[in-house]
Parts: sequence; structure tokens; C-alpha cells
Amino acid sequence: MNPTAIRLSPLDNVAVCCRPIEAGERILVEERELVIDVAVPIGHKVAFVDLKKGDKVRKYGMPIGSVTVDAPAGSWVHLHNMKSDYLPAHMRDAAGDQA
Amino acid sequence: MMSGWLRSDGRKGIRNAIVVVYLVECAHHVARRIVDAAADPRVQLIGFPGCYPNDYALGMMKALTTHPNVGGVVLLSLGCESFNREALAANAQQNDRPVETVVIQEAGGTRKAIEAGIAAVARVRNLVDEQAVRVPLNISELVIGTICGGSDGTSGITGNPAVGRAFDTLIDAGAICIFEETGEMIGCEGHMAERAATPQIAEALVASVHKAERYYRAMGYGSFSPGNAEGGLTSQEEKSAGAYAKSGSRPIDGVILPAERAPGPGLYLLDVVPPGDPKFGFPNIVDNAEIGELIACGAHINLFVTGRGSVVGSAISPVVKICANPETFRRMEGDMDIDAGRILEGRATLDEVGKEIVALIEAVAQGQATRSEELGHQEFVLTYKSSAPSGPSCMPNAA
Repeated sequence: MNPTAIRLSPLDNVAVCCRPIEAGERILVEERELVIDVAVPIGHKVAFVDLKKGDKVRKYGMPIGSVTVDAPAGSWVHLHNMKSDYLPAHMRDAAGDQA
Repeated sequence: MMSGWLRSDGRKGIRNAIVVVYLVECAHHVARRIVDAAADPRVQLIGFPGCYPNDYALGMMKALTTHPNVGGVVLLSLGCESFNREALAANAQQNDRPVETVVIQEAGGTRKAIEAGIAAVARVRNLVDEQAVRVPLNISELVIGTICGGSDGTSGITGNPAVGRAFDTLIDAGAICIFEETGEMIGCEGHMAERAATPQIAEALVASVHKAERYYRAMGYGSFSPGNAEGGLTSQEEKSAGAYAKSGSRPIDGVILPAERAPGPGLYLLDVVPPGDPKFGFPNIVDNAEIGELIACGAHINLFVTGRGSVVGSAISPVVKICANPETFRRMEGDMDIDAGRILEGRATLDEVGKEIVALIEAVAQGQATRSEELGHQEFVLTYKSSAPSGPSCMPNAA
């Protein structure tokens, strides 16, 4: 059976969605049940465990940034609750403001 | 058995293009009219817009006009720009490429220059076809580049590692493979260093990524677009980890600079970030600027992994579009050569898609048109950049 979301490495604390997931949907990732907080598109990340502010987010077994706001297991993990440890990411409106 | 066009330096082309090159924006319109009149996909438009001289741009143009996929050259100059058209023409000639130059101010303006250019293209094309020598081509003689653009959260799971599998196969067969964008290797430098063929190469790899980080920090942005974020990527290092998967698993044999040829078979990182403080802006303003640099390094074909859905192709060397996201593939199938999103839906494995990519490379080398070629995509971008000679530590045979 094709998984709904996968962890790319056993070291990871986030899983990647293999299809769009509905808000409130219960999914199984490696036998752990996660209740997804909001609608999450394909390719986006959800918390596999409870993430605390300051934790490193790990994907591919590598740190990909830091948690900025506590994110319980099942939360969508993105710009609103994590950030790069290297360079700032930007969105279209932010880019406009800085121009 | 594949075959290719034999060039005087021993390299073999998989296409036999005639490039019409405008040497300043002021000659762009005339050059485009000449290309349009040819109505032949082999006659392709490339150019450089600036009036000020730039060593990088001249070096790029020398490499591009003598690329194995290029058979002949027509240069379009306004007349008063700084670009060294004589040096460019002489270089093409020394490499046995038929070359003609049209100078608009000498030809007598737009109409006469277009007429002269059309006649020049016809003469050059005839010479190219008369001189054409087809010889057997082995997979070990191919140079394959890879780039990702319009990346999203699927790119690093499907398309990029599938390209990595294809790269492993090609390198084992003796080909040259090039991955790029040191700015998209930020966070991966430690792992890359462990894969380096020598300690000197390890140092060069780490130094190139640190340079990229300094450069992008000064610019205020990483190599990260709003579309990357919409597609589920949150940070530069997350994008990097996915992009890095394109390089496969073989040892890294060196770091090369734009327009520089790899010294031997194996896997190379193309260092796209110029030396010193930012001078002319972003290292590469858009994907096609990077594709142009891979081609200038000799790439016959470039593997382009996209999640959000890029449509671009390129002048000179075919682009193979590998779609990482199954939703994007269903929406934009007409632009995509490979459906790597099947991996996400459990309909194919990474190894299967990797093999599919290698088989398609052989077919495209044999003349099969890619989707972007069928659609007439021949994008080309070349802008200003600072350049520096490559250090001996970058090469595998050094020290």
C-alpha cells in the first residue's frame, strides 16, 4: 500500500506528505498515528513528534532549520513555525516590501 | 549504437546547430529576424546584452560557439560595442567552425544587416553540412549536466535522487557528470567533503560552498524562491539537501568553473558563484543562466528536475525535463519527459526511474527530440559575472 506520508530517515522528526492531506485527517506514519491540524499539500512536512521551540528540524537525517513556535505531532511544519539556520526565506509579498 | 558529429578537438556532438550570436542588445533584433527567417530549429539564437567588456562573457561565448553540438557560427555586431568579436570569430575558426560576422553599422543598417545575415546563415549551414562527419559515439564520451528548478517538497524525494541513480550509472560507464549551484549545496558541504576523491578536492568543495554562503548573505537572499515555499520547502538547507541528491553516490572528482572542461571522466561540482565581493548581482539570475554554464562546460544534455513545473529548454544542448511532482505531471504532461512523481505514488521505484533516465539520454543522444525541443524552447541567458582562474587544488591530478 502506498503511504500517505513518509519519514526519509530514522533520524527525522518530520514526515513528508505523499498526497494532499485534509485538516483533521488521521494518518499512520510507521505505525504512529498523527492527527493533521490543517490541510497540508503534497510535498509539505508534518511533525512526526512534538517539536519544541529551539529544536532542530531534521529531514533526510539532516538539520534543515530550527523550530520557532512549539508544534505538536501532526502539525504542518513550514515558515510559520520553523526557520532556516542559514539564510532567510522569502515570499512574494515580502520580496515586494523589501524592493 | 549511438553516433555523433566529430569535431576537430575529438569531441563529438549529438546535435549540429548553427548559432546566431548577437554581441550586444543593439544587435538582438536583427539577429532574431535572421533566425526567424531560417525557420530551422538547428539555427538558434544566443547572445549577450551588455555594451561593456566582460572576460567571463567572452570565455562563455568562446566555449559555447565551439561546443560539440555547434557546427557553425554567425556573429551579429552593432559595431561600436566592446565585445571582442574578432577574438570570438578567431577562436571559432581555430576550432574549424565555419564563422561569419555581420556588423550592422558596416552593412548599412537593419534591413541590409538582416539580408546579409540570412545569406551568411545559408553559407555557414551549407559548409557545416558539407563538412559533417558522423562517427560512432559511446556513452563514455557524453557530458551530462543536471539542474533543478521550480523545486518543491517532492523534488528531493523523487526526481533528484532518480537523477542521482542515473548519474551513478553514467559515471560507472565512464561519462562526465556535472552538478551545480554551490548556493544550493549550503548545509551539504560536510557530506560532500567526505565524498571527495582527494583531500585537496574536499577543501575546494567546502571553500566553494562557504563562498556561496557569504555571497548570498551579502545579497540578502538565498537561492530560494516563493514557489519553493509554496511547494513545501521551508529553508535553504532543506532545498539544498534535496538538490544535493542529484549528485548520486560516486566520489566527487573536482570543482570546475563555468566554461571550464572537466579534465577526465567522473563527477564534478560546477562552482557558479564568482570570487570576491558581489559585483554584478546574483551569480545566476535564473535557471537558464546555469544551464548555459553547464553547456559551456561541455554538457551535451542537461537533466532538469522540476516540482512546480518549469517549461524551459535551451539553445545548443537538449534539456530533459524530469517532473518530481505527480500533480504537476498530470497538469503539465506536454512539457515533461519523465514522470518521476510515480515514485511518490508507489507506481515506480527510484532505480526504475533512474534506468528510464539513462535510456532516454541514449535516445536523445541518438537524435530523439525532448519535449522542450519539440515545443521549440531555445532559451538562453548570459549576463555579467566576475571570473577568476581555477586553482590547482580544484583538479584531481593536482599536488
